[in-house]
Amino acid sequence: MRRFGAFHLAALVAGFAFLYLPIVALVAYSFNASRLVTVWGGFSTHWYGALLSNQPLLDAAWLTIRVALVSATLATVLGTLAALALARYRIFTGRTLFSGMVMAPLVMPEVITGLSLLLLFVAGDVERGYWTVVIAHATFSLGFACIVVQARLAGFDRSLEEAARDLGATPAETFRTVTLPLIWPAVAAAWMLAFTLSLDDLVIASFTTGPGATTLPMRLYSAIRLGVTPEINAACTIMIAAVAVAVIGASLLMKRDALAGR
Amino acid sequence: MNRDSSRPEAAGRRASPGSVRRDFQPWNDPAAKPLVEFRNVTKRFGAVVAVDRLSLSIHAREFFALLGPSGCGKTTLMRLLAGFEQPDEGEILLDGIDITAVPPHRRPVNMMFQSYALFPHMSVGDNIAYGLKREGLPKVEIAARVDAMLGRVRLKGMEKRRPDQLSGGQRQRVALARALVKQPKLLLLDEPLGALDKKLREETQYELMDLQADLGLTFMVVTHDQDEAMTMADRMAVMDHGRLLQIAPPDLIYEAPASRFVAEFVGDINLIAGKVTAIEGDLVTLESQTLGVIELDEDAPTCRPGDALTVGLRPEKIALSHDEPAQAINKVAGEIWDIGYLGDMTMVQVMVGGDDGKLFKVSLTNRTRRIERPFAWEDKVWLSWDVEAGMVLAS
Repeated sequence: MRRFGAFHLAALVAGFAFLYLPIVALVAYSFNASRLVTVWGGFSTHWYGALLSNQPLLDAAWLTIRVALVSATLATVLGTLAALALARYRIFTGRTLFSGMVMAPLVMPEVITGLSLLLLFVAGDVERGYWTVVIAHATFSLGFACIVVQARLAGFDRSLEEAARDLGATPAETFRTVTLPLIWPAVAAAWMLAFTLSLDDLVIASFTTGPGATTLPMRLYSAIRLGVTPEINAACTIMIAAVAVAVIGASLLMKRDALAGR
Repeated sequence: MNRDSSRPEAAGRRASPGSVRRDFQPWNDPAAKPLVEFRNVTKRFGAVVAVDRLSLSIHAREFFALLGPSGCGKTTLMRLLAGFEQPDEGEILLDGIDITAVPPHRRPVNMMFQSYALFPHMSVGDNIAYGLKREGLPKVEIAARVDAMLGRVRLKGMEKRRPDQLSGGQRQRVALARALVKQPKLLLLDEPLGALDKKLREETQYELMDLQADLGLTFMVVTHDQDEAMTMADRMAVMDHGRLLQIAPPDLIYEAPASRFVAEFVGDINLIAGKVTAIEGDLVTLESQTLGVIELDEDAPTCRPGDALTVGLRPEKIALSHDEPAQAINKVAGEIWDIGYLGDMTMVQVMVGGDDGKLFKVSLTNRTRRIERPFAWEDKVWLSWDVEAGMVLAS
C-alpha cells in the first residue's frame, strides 16, 4: 500500500475537521461543568442529569420519537409497496410518472414540501398537531424508503416467487414466506433511514405542527434563541448518538444484504 | 404398459433408451384419454405470437420432450401449463378438466425451474417441505415424505444445509425433490440439465428416466438440447415460431422428419434438390443438378413426375470408398475437403460436382483402433447410398 504523502494527510485532516469539528465541540462542551458555553470549567455529566428534570424538553423528545416511529413505519410500508409495483410491473401506464413522483420529495426543497403540506392541511381544515407531522414526515421519507427497497428488488430472482406459487402458495403466502424474508434487510434499512430523517427534521415539522405538538429539534431551535446552554449541547449529543446508531445500523444491514445478494 | 420391467434397476444394465419401451404407445390408441390437452391455444405478447393455435395431447406416464430453438415458444407453452401465463385463445385441459382459469397454486402440476429457484433462506429440508406445508399436511407426514424424498435423490444427511452450500448437481436434485414430493400429475422440467457439466448431464438423464418410470409420473421436459430430448423422451415435439412441426418418438423424428426444418434441426443432414423424372411403385427417380440421376424408395410416394423435391440424406447413411462401387444404384464421385476426427467417429466433408459444387457430410464410425486412416485430404472418393437412405422432405 502506498503511504500517505504530507499533502494527502493534511487534506484528509482538514476535510474531517471541517465535517466533524463542530460536532466534536458540541459533544465536548456538553460535558462542561461551567454554565458558560465558551469557558471550559472541567468535566461533568451534570447537564445530562439536568435534562431529566427539563419537562418541556423531555416531552418534546418523547413526541419526536413517537412521530419518528409511526412515520417511519408508514413510509416503509408505502415505500416498499411502491418499490414492489415499480420493480414488478415494468410496463404500466404512467410508470415513469409514478416513479418520478415517488422520487420527487428527495430533491424538493423542504420549505416547499412543508408549505404545500401546510396549505393542504389548512384547505382540508385538518387540525394541526401530532398526526399532521406524522403524515408530513411519512410523505417526505417515503421516497427514500422506496429507493432503498427498490435497489434490493432489482436483483431479486422472480422465479423464486413463481416457484412458491407453483408449490401451492397463495400470493399472500408467497409474499410472507419468500419475498419478505428475502428483502427484509432492505426494508429494515429503509425503516431506519426514515426514522432518522424524521428524528432530525426541523423545517417540515415547523410548517405542519400545531399548538401542543413541539418536536425536539423545534424545542432546541427555540431554546437557542435564548442562548446556548450546555443542557442543549447534552440533548444534541444524545440525538447525534441516536442518529449515528440508526445510520450505522442501516448501512450494516444494506451491506449484509449486498453480500447475501451475490 | 409393462414399462417397469423394461427398465432394469442396475445402473450398468440400462441399455435401452426411452424411446424403445415397446408396448408403451398410448398416443396410437384412439381410446386413450390424454392427461394434458391443448386445444387451439394461442398466446401473444404484444405483436409477438409466442404460441400459435397449438393443439397437443400428452398421456399419463409419458416422458414428453419439447425441443426447439430459443424463442420458439417452448418456455411459454410450459408456463401456460404451470399457470404463469394465460392463453389469449383456446383452452388447456388436465385430466379432462379445463384448467385455463385455475391459478398456479391450485394446479396439480409442478415445475422444476431452469435456475432451480431454490429458496436461499431455507435449508434443503425446508425447501422440500415447502409445498407440503402449503397443503396443510400434518407435521409427521411432511417429515416422513421429505425424508423418503431425500433418500430417493441421494441427499440424506444434507437436509440442514443451505442451497449455497451445495454443488450444482446437488442443487438440481433438491429442485427435483421439491417438485416431486408434491406427487404432481404432471412434472414440468425447464432445461433440467442445462446447468450441469457433460458427464453429470449424462448420468442425470438416466436418473430422471428411472425416477419417472419408478414413480409412474408424467414428465414434460423443455430443452434446446436434442441429445437430451432424444435420450429421455418417449415422444418429442419439435417446435418453431409457436407451432408444433412434428410430434413423434425420437427415432421417427430422426428417420422420418415431417419437414425440412425438423430434418435440419435434429441431427446433421445433406440436402439435395431434384426433379422427379419417373415413379415406379415405391421407387422414385430424380434428376439432380449436382448428382445426376438418383433413386429412392419412398412409402406410397405422393409426388408426381415433374415435381421439384428436396431429398435429405443423413451423414451416417452414406458409404465412402476409393474405388467406384459397382453395385450401388446411387453413387457420385467427389473430393475430400475436410476431415474432423472425433474419436468415436470421423466426420468427412466431401465436395461433389467440382470446386463450386456441393459439400456432403459423411460420418464414419471408427470401429477399429487403427491409427492409420483410410482417407486423407484431397483424396478422390466415391459416395454411395441405398435407395432407402434418402427421404423426401416437405419444405
